[in-house]
Amino acid sequence: MKDKGRFGRYGGIYVPETLMPAVEELEKAFNRYKNNKKFKKELDHLLKEYVGRPTPLTFCTSLSKKLGCKIYLKREDLAHTGAHKINNALGQALLAKYIGKTRIIAETGAGQHGVATATAAAKLGMECEIYMGTIDIERQKLNVFRMQLLGAKVNPVNTGGKTLKDAINDALRDWTANVQTTHYLLGSVLGPHPYPEMVAHFQSIIGKETREQILKIENRLPTAIVACVGGGSNAIGIFREFLKDKEVNLIGVEAGGLGIKTGKHAARFADEKLGRLGILHGTMTYILQDKFGQIYNTHSISAGLDYSAIGPEHSNLRDLKRAQYEFATDKETMEAVQLLSQEEGIIPALESAHAIAHTIKLSKKMKKEDIVVINLSGRGDKDMTTIAKELKFK
Amino acid sequence: MTYAKTFRRLRKNKEKALVPFIVIGDPDYRTSLKIIKTVVESGADILELGFPFSDPIADGPTIQAADVRSLKSKIDTDKCFNFIKEVRKITDIPIGLLVYYNLIYQRGTKKFFYDCKLAGVTSVLAADVPVEESEEITQSARKHKIDTVFLVSPLTDNRRLKLITKKCRGFIYIVSRLGVTGAKEDLKESTLKLIKRVKKHTHLPLCVGFGISRPEHIQSVCKAGADGAIVGSAIVKIIEQNINNKKLMINKIKTYVESLKQATK
Repeated sequence: MKDKGRFGRYGGIYVPETLMPAVEELEKAFNRYKNNKKFKKELDHLLKEYVGRPTPLTFCTSLSKKLGCKIYLKREDLAHTGAHKINNALGQALLAKYIGKTRIIAETGAGQHGVATATAAAKLGMECEIYMGTIDIERQKLNVFRMQLLGAKVNPVNTGGKTLKDAINDALRDWTANVQTTHYLLGSVLGPHPYPEMVAHFQSIIGKETREQILKIENRLPTAIVACVGGGSNAIGIFREFLKDKEVNLIGVEAGGLGIKTGKHAARFADEKLGRLGILHGTMTYILQDKFGQIYNTHSISAGLDYSAIGPEHSNLRDLKRAQYEFATDKETMEAVQLLSQEEGIIPALESAHAIAHTIKLSKKMKKEDIVVINLSGRGDKDMTTIAKELKFK
Repeated sequence: MTYAKTFRRLRKNKEKALVPFIVIGDPDYRTSLKIIKTVVESGADILELGFPFSDPIADGPTIQAADVRSLKSKIDTDKCFNFIKEVRKITDIPIGLLVYYNLIYQRGTKKFFYDCKLAGVTSVLAADVPVEESEEITQSARKHKIDTVFLVSPLTDNRRLKLITKKCRGFIYIVSRLGVTGAKEDLKESTLKLIKRVKKHTHLPLCVGFGISRPEHIQSVCKAGADGAIVGSAIVKIIEQNINNKKLMINKIKTYVESLKQATK
């Protein structure tokens, strides 16, 4: 079982013995149901009639002109609850229901995954508790209210850096104590096997739709696909379908925060000193840490990217040179938010705006006929307080 | 002293092992050393020492707070090994470590176990490494004659139990209940059943931990066949509650540990 859940040398299962039976049970359940006809039919129905899939692939008329290449947005912001997170939340919640769990717990950073989980739990009639760092609660207040309205209990996490990493610690502890009744609905391509594979599976619908849509509109594949990367679930979701198409450049964008040199960022790959191979939350991957292995508290303007580790599959894609990883700073991100809002009338989530910020840089190397698809993983309503403060709105 | 010798001595005296758990450097290096000295003088048979980690997922809030205090006082892996060398000057009882894998990995697994040998460590338990992922650790440990301790929980089935007993050396760490570390009032029937089940699979001594906080708990797990009891959060709580009065802290730990040791006789 040594090589279980590996992406190259990354991934694996690094959890206390107390969690092993739960992880093994989950793996069995996932393998049993992922291709089960009844399960697939039920999930497909939910995604179509409840989430509103497929989400559109929108051509940006004004932005394309401005940047000098063809820009498309995969509109995950239009999925129910306003982000791609719902794809995975419904998939896992349904799976949990199939194996007889009655309670769902989840961590959340930006609150999008928390809202998606609370939504899935409400829809499927399950009990729901969400763990969220107190700093994130402050900057994503609206999402906290949404979760409460949806019937979930939000547990504030006041330890460590009080953000996503600490919320995961507490969610794992809850799961350890309540494995028999509870499913831990992890929101990204992180954690012990089978999570990175399972979350990628449920998110891969993004790439499947994108491929179909771009072939229909342009009759060719895109030159590049750009997605922001916190844990990296929206990026894996859109990348996977194109892995074999070597001509499509896959670009993940990390949170550059205040700049790599300041050390206040969440760029695991860009910072070679702090970002090194290690083990956190059940998986082996690149992690921001000090020389002894204590995990760094990251910084990003976007709560959803503010995390110390990157999904193990991304580490492998980088080794294989199949995907490249760049970063965008808080400042570049704020400029991108304004650009997309004013040129296209779409307010992006701060997370997704990192992908737009990089596309602005990338466009300088693009020709007029080149196609860039940006995964617009979420909408920006939740970020309005932060944005208003940054732009000094009165 | 080896675990085998320690448990032999205890059996001869018709006693069970008292295993206090302390986070190295909680609340600071000097005080922590005084605490260890007190614990040893008050009757500890084995020491279980934790290296502080920023994200201790197997531990509850009490131990995490201890980790935070220790890290705040600038304790790192180098200082932890120095600390153990100083502890070795005052006692030769077995010293088991509880460490999260990233700390081992960043030092280099081979170097980590070499340092264990130099410092006089008896065993290592990597809290977030299940038996399936433990090959690298057990190899380095065997090379330097360091025992590898593994956890067994009430949900560990007999198939896993077989894998674990094969790789386990020194003693088996029985997790008395589901969840993370933390002092609890009652001790479940399931723990007692688990002890009996594990006994069928191994001759290794069994030490029970997670949620043991009172002399009665120790008596009941010993009666059920355990060879020792690990007490962590309850001691760490005394540190936390008396953080501003170190003299009182030491006195309280002394009285508490003595009462626990009494219960093992």
